[in-house]
Amino acid sequence: MIVDSPPEQRAAAPAAASPKRHAVRAAGLLVSLGILVLVALASIAIGAKELSLGEVWHGLFHDTGTYGDVVVGERLSRTVLGLLAGAALGLSGAVLQALTRNPLADPGLLGINAGASAAVVTAITFFGVTSVSGYVWFAFLGAAAVGALVWFLGGSRSATPVRLALAGTAISAALYGYLQAVMIMDNAALGKMRFWTVGSLASATDETIEQVLPFLAVGTVVALFLARPLNAMAMGDDTARALGADLNRTRALSMAAATVLCGAATAACGPIVFVGLMIPHVVRSFTGPDLRWILPYATVLSPVLLLGADVLGRVVARPSEIQVGIVTAVLGGPVFIYLVRRRRTTQL
Amino acid sequence: MKDMNKPAADTNGTTADARKRTADTNRPAPRKPALPGRVLRTAGGLSLRLDMRAFAVVVLLVVAALCASVVLIGTGDFPIPAADVLKTLVGNGDPGQEFIVSELRLPRVLVGLLVGAALALGGAVFQSISRNPLGSPDVLGLAQGATAGALVVIVLFSGSALAVTGGALVGGVVTGLLIYLLAWKRGVHGYRLVLVGIGVNAIATAVNGYLITKADLVDAARAVNWMVGSLNGRDWSQVWPLLGLCVCLVPLVLGNARGLRMMEMGDDASYALGVRVERVRMLLMLAAVLLTAAATAAAGPVAFVALTAPQLARRLTRSPGPNLLPSAFMGATLLIVADWASQRAFGADQLPVGVVTGILGGVYLLWLLVTERRAGRI
Repeated sequence: MIVDSPPEQRAAAPAAASPKRHAVRAAGLLVSLGILVLVALASIAIGAKELSLGEVWHGLFHDTGTYGDVVVGERLSRTVLGLLAGAALGLSGAVLQALTRNPLADPGLLGINAGASAAVVTAITFFGVTSVSGYVWFAFLGAAAVGALVWFLGGSRSATPVRLALAGTAISAALYGYLQAVMIMDNAALGKMRFWTVGSLASATDETIEQVLPFLAVGTVVALFLARPLNAMAMGDDTARALGADLNRTRALSMAAATVLCGAATAACGPIVFVGLMIPHVVRSFTGPDLRWILPYATVLSPVLLLGADVLGRVVARPSEIQVGIVTAVLGGPVFIYLVRRRRTTQL
Repeated sequence: MKDMNKPAADTNGTTADARKRTADTNRPAPRKPALPGRVLRTAGGLSLRLDMRAFAVVVLLVVAALCASVVLIGTGDFPIPAADVLKTLVGNGDPGQEFIVSELRLPRVLVGLLVGAALALGGAVFQSISRNPLGSPDVLGLAQGATAGALVVIVLFSGSALAVTGGALVGGVVTGLLIYLLAWKRGVHGYRLVLVGIGVNAIATAVNGYLITKADLVDAARAVNWMVGSLNGRDWSQVWPLLGLCVCLVPLVLGNARGLRMMEMGDDASYALGVRVERVRMLLMLAAVLLTAAATAAAGPVAFVALTAPQLARRLTRSPGPNLLPSAFMGATLLIVADWASQRAFGADQLPVGVVTGILGGVYLLWLLVTERRAGRI
């Protein structure tokens, strides 16, 4: 399952990066930011009711309560949640892939999504929680608990990629069985859960955003600071230790950051699996293996994917919509398969 | 049992054999065989390596599967003692029990046995081809593909049970072909197979989620029930097609076991040893896809049997290689025991068997992790 590519191949690129290449990458990051702004504007403007850029501008900065302003307000929280959740998912995927040195690592594979889902189902079914702001906390706890369990079962201090991946798969499969049992026994739970479990931004409110924002902010900052020690770990444990990286602390912090990011994102909009798996692969294809570039790029480009998918889901099935989790998977799947076929993806 | 080691009996082979035999007699001391097991030789010059442990495991699993089947037939709202079940099965029961046993419960048990064996065999083949203990058909999207086929029938057409079975079969086979074609690039490499399978799995999962959100609540409940995998209400019309397919495909798979076992050493080595790698792989994958799709069509995507049965069998036989036959019997036993457990624990027809296999599978993997970790093997 795990392909340990020769360490020297992974380590080659950071050493070879010249100042010129840094400039190119920084420019690329700015371009990506520009694309993100455009996609965010499109996400506000496009939907069942089309808005002109002027109306968007008016709604954003001179809100006077016109019809267009109300629509902008509604779509703004959705767009902001998409930005936050996208960045969180992409970043956690990138961190998990670096941590487990496993191109298949993804919040879904490591069971964190399943943990959050199971906790939300439990909250809805057994505790009668109905509001998003209520089960945000359950989802977050579930994700954190499963993250910790995966970490413990994976061998905690002596965690290896194989163990982590196996532990995650085992736990998510068991939780999946539990989820289905609940949904079968309780039709009311099925009625609610079937929309949540596909991953959607439609239920976004300012309250949801306020609930998850602190977690996402902390997780993002921690993850971005992990780039350097994770880079060192990519060269192999012994080399990393020789370079002064604290392996156990890096592993524990990476796992914690990924859990917080993914758990909060899942709590807010349901399990969206493909962003965290795909974007780091896409980013790696033009940044190379240096995490100091991969992580910022993933933070910027993942929301582009998520918001773009959300817009597409609104356009394709107008006046109804297709949930964003479905669109990302259906779009991302073929891209992912293309990447698998084109590149030597077995190397990370 | 598993490894038929027949020296070629044709004219070309005899001289080589004779030379080899002289070489053997010239050797100073007989060496201990590198592989476990006993070699049986017949008067006709045929020899057969029999792995005693694997053989014993297969016999034990057959006995276990049969015992569990008898117990399962006796379990339900109308309990029947095991002795009466046996009496009824051989045709000496009273008419009331006769109806319950042969019309209601026997087909259910037969479907369970066949589905368990087919899933496990497909799982063993896929795990061996992908060289990955997690590379089983349910991880690689086949189960989700079959589910998508069934859901299309349930949600878009509100089709009959038979149509759902057909939809699942078509969905599974199409998914299998898709994965094979997408993973093809001058041969199907195990790792590419896993990655492509995971991609296809993600797409199919999303499609399934979409179909469920589009359905009305009644259809959605039916769909979720189907998606868990259940043996409830299975009758003879499900047994015969499944049995026919197994009769065709199981010998095909077992006949190619040698090639599969060699392929675990790598494509180049097995090619040098005379295995037509791509041909064997394609044949076996096709057979495994059909087995998995047929099993899924009959009982729904029962979780974890394809994943755990080969691993459990491997641990029992302690033998390398795909362990095809022990896996199949392990799968059959596992599914029957799980169905019995679900009926005992939650009452008849309350929770489908897929829930139990899902939870049992998760617990098994956790146990595996803990014990392997203690032994320092992973």
